Amino acid sequence: MVTGVFDLVVVGAGPAGLAGAGTAGELGLRVALLDMAEHVGGQFYRQPAAGLGAARPEALHHDWDAFVALRKRLAAGRVEHLGRHHVWAVERGADGDWAVHAVVGDDGGDGRPVRVRARAVLLAAGAYERQLPFPGWTLPGVVGAGGAQAMLKGGLVLPGKRVVVAGSGPLLLAVASSLASAGAEVPAVIEASGYLGYARHPRALAVNPRKLAEGLTHGAALLRHRIALRTRSAVTEAHGSERVEAVTVSRLDARWRPVPGSGRRIACDALAVGHGLVPGIELGTTLGCGTRTTADNTLALHLGSGQETSVRGVWGAGEVGGVAGAQLACIEGELAARSIAARLGRDPGPEGRVRQLSSRRTRLRTFAEAMAATHAPGPGWTGWLCDDTEVCRCEEVTAGRVREAVADQGARDARTVKLFTRAGMGWCQGRMCGAAVSCLAGDGQPPAQRRPLAVPLTLGALAGQGPEDASEPSQSQT
Amino acid sequence: MTSTPDVIVVGAGIVGAACAHYAARAGLRVTVLDRGPVAGGTTGSGEGNLLVSDKAPGPELELALKSAELWRELAERLPHGIEYEPKGGLVVASGEAALTALRTFAAAQEKAGVTVRDVAADRLPDLEPHLARGLAGGVHYPQDAQVMPALAATHLLRASGAEVRLGQEVTGLLTGPGGAVRGVRTASGVFHAPYVVNAAGTWGGELARLAGVLLPVLPRRGFVLVTEPLPRVVRHKVYAADYVADVASDSAALQTSAVVEGTPAGPVLIGASRERVGFDRALSVPALRRLAAGATALFPVLAGVRVIRTYAGFRPYLPDHLPAIGTDARVPGLLHACGHEGAGIGLAPVTGRIIADCLTGAQPPVDVRPFDPARFEGGTGTGAGAGAGA
Repeated sequence: MVTGVFDLVVVGAGPAGLAGAGTAGELGLRVALLDMAEHVGGQFYRQPAAGLGAARPEALHHDWDAFVALRKRLAAGRVEHLGRHHVWAVERGADGDWAVHAVVGDDGGDGRPVRVRARAVLLAAGAYERQLPFPGWTLPGVVGAGGAQAMLKGGLVLPGKRVVVAGSGPLLLAVASSLASAGAEVPAVIEASGYLGYARHPRALAVNPRKLAEGLTHGAALLRHRIALRTRSAVTEAHGSERVEAVTVSRLDARWRPVPGSGRRIACDALAVGHGLVPGIELGTTLGCGTRTTADNTLALHLGSGQETSVRGVWGAGEVGGVAGAQLACIEGELAARSIAARLGRDPGPEGRVRQLSSRRTRLRTFAEAMAATHAPGPGWTGWLCDDTEVCRCEEVTAGRVREAVADQGARDARTVKLFTRAGMGWCQGRMCGAAVSCLAGDGQPPAQRRPLAVPLTLGALAGQGPEDASEPSQSQT
Repeated sequence: MTSTPDVIVVGAGIVGAACAHYAARAGLRVTVLDRGPVAGGTTGSGEGNLLVSDKAPGPELELALKSAELWRELAERLPHGIEYEPKGGLVVASGEAALTALRTFAAAQEKAGVTVRDVAADRLPDLEPHLARGLAGGVHYPQDAQVMPALAATHLLRASGAEVRLGQEVTGLLTGPGGAVRGVRTASGVFHAPYVVNAAGTWGGELARLAGVLLPVLPRRGFVLVTEPLPRVVRHKVYAADYVADVASDSAALQTSAVVEGTPAGPVLIGASRERVGFDRALSVPALRRLAAGATALFPVLAGVRVIRTYAGFRPYLPDHLPAIGTDARVPGLLHACGHEGAGIGLAPVTGRIIADCLTGAQPPVDVRPFDPARFEGGTGTGAGAGAGA
């Protein structure tokens, strides 16, 4: 074995990364598991900060037992967990290995540069939330649905006392049920799609009884907390001066156009809103990994049967291959680890196990695609944007300005809109406004996920990045 | 518009936009075609350098001086949105030897008409308060300026009144008796015109090939780093004296000498690495590292500033590092306006003027023989196309 080189670097310590690193460790690989958070778990198994003294963090979680099992496997194998590592790029090395560049610190921007070398890379960076803007969405008190969940799991805080949950996707039910359990009043869950969409994919439901059971659990929670579920509706405006005081909920037609005159106000002091998740694939696209367009118009990494991307030596698992949830993420993480072990000349374990995992993966992927199709934003949503609604918050670009770039200046795609208006050039690099700008540009394409720097870093850290900063496998394990 | 235009410009980057602009001002009817959006190629990846400071006396400097004058005039005509800033350039030398070389270079430029001002080491902070201490001295070039390239291209096009057809990839040239150009073919149809201008930038060689002639335009990759928005900490275009040697170099290897500048929108831009690696967008960590090291050496205060973005672009270069501008004697009706390497934004207006003069039979503002598009044919140098304006 080459000194200083791990067998595998896993980027992301959520369910997919944990399962991948744990399995690889059990199969005898030397693994580095990098994540920006201090503790493993990712967004799904986010834990309260130690200082908060949470007695039962599992109370806020589904499937905590699975997480405990994953952590145990991690401890047993040869896995070095490198927390607070913010990976900004993966680069092909000269000898067919990979260099993973990261900055280390609580806030990546101020961190110390490190480089981790490995023979294989598993991308398991998860996803981030898709936002569709509406008038008033920049008011304090308006938070992401996933963000509200994270605040609750990680900080044990509620975004408000009376919280409307809105947007689209299965996450909304989970968020509403968590918020209500933690003591918030949730007057309504506003879902833009209709759940009838699932009925169009009967096979996907029939082969995934566990998914049905999850849905029933959330449905029961809504009933118990007297939360109204309103489908085919959207929050089309948030009102308030200092912070959100009420929202207008409008009915939507099949194309998500607001039905005129259908608006109804609901008083609240917070709004948790999100329109599904977007795979975090920029590390892969920078390497040239091929992508596919999902049923809800996001880009995901194109993955082969062993979870390998189109770039040999780079694998993907979990949401990076299309948003599908923690259960599938664990399966894919394990499949990837076995495929990587085989590539590196190790025993990948029993063939039967791989076959079993593969067929479960196929089932869950089918369900995920049905779910994505059901909750895909309709093209009419831009109808609730006013010309003065801010679309890009970082650069303060309005919908009117974007429309002008398209109508008058020859912009035909999101990239050109960005060049002409600066929408997407700011701090978040279009993660927040990408979906909206693409729709307004009208090219029908999912937003490109080209961000050669996956996270910001200081010029000093970039300039100081040298070979002497390499992070290597522990000597005791050689 | 259904009637036949006088000229078709292929390429909606800054050079194509300038060609359309000056041709329209000369009274011609223009159609602009591009396979992508406006500014979708190298223009959209450019920093917007309008430099005279980096050019040695010779034909390119002559172009640059004339173009600087035209940019000043355009800035009066076009909306403020193009972000034209006559901010001036500051070239600094770290040691005595470099300073002597820089001063010799500047003296020759001054004879060629460039305004240069020697800046002693102790006067550098007057121009750039945050510049590193301990530099040997520098030269201030007040004629250097900056523009936002994509916005400049779109505003030039709009002001021209040209018909702009986007998403039209040219797949062939239409020719008539004697091989004269009659228009172009695209995937969706044909466009007729007696003249066609090749303003396809880095892809200009491919269009020349469709016309059956050689124009060896090749890509030279560059990375730009973009920082988080800052108050004005960098006032000029600031770079180290070794940049000039990099620009003129024939080497394929990575060269980096940071050019640092602020922008009206806030971010500091740091260019510009130079590599000949084909159309490869793969991230080069060594290139970024050297840009960052160069920038922080010039401005130590930037060490704590975050880079939020980087992008690559492909400069179109020709073997002798001069653009191809003017009529192509090999194909009647074909004109070229490409191969400007890293100077396309700066040289766009003068290129547009020359093309308009060629089309109308006017006398171009500079001697265009060094830019003869046929000069690479068979290694025989300039052909019968010399004096293209005639």
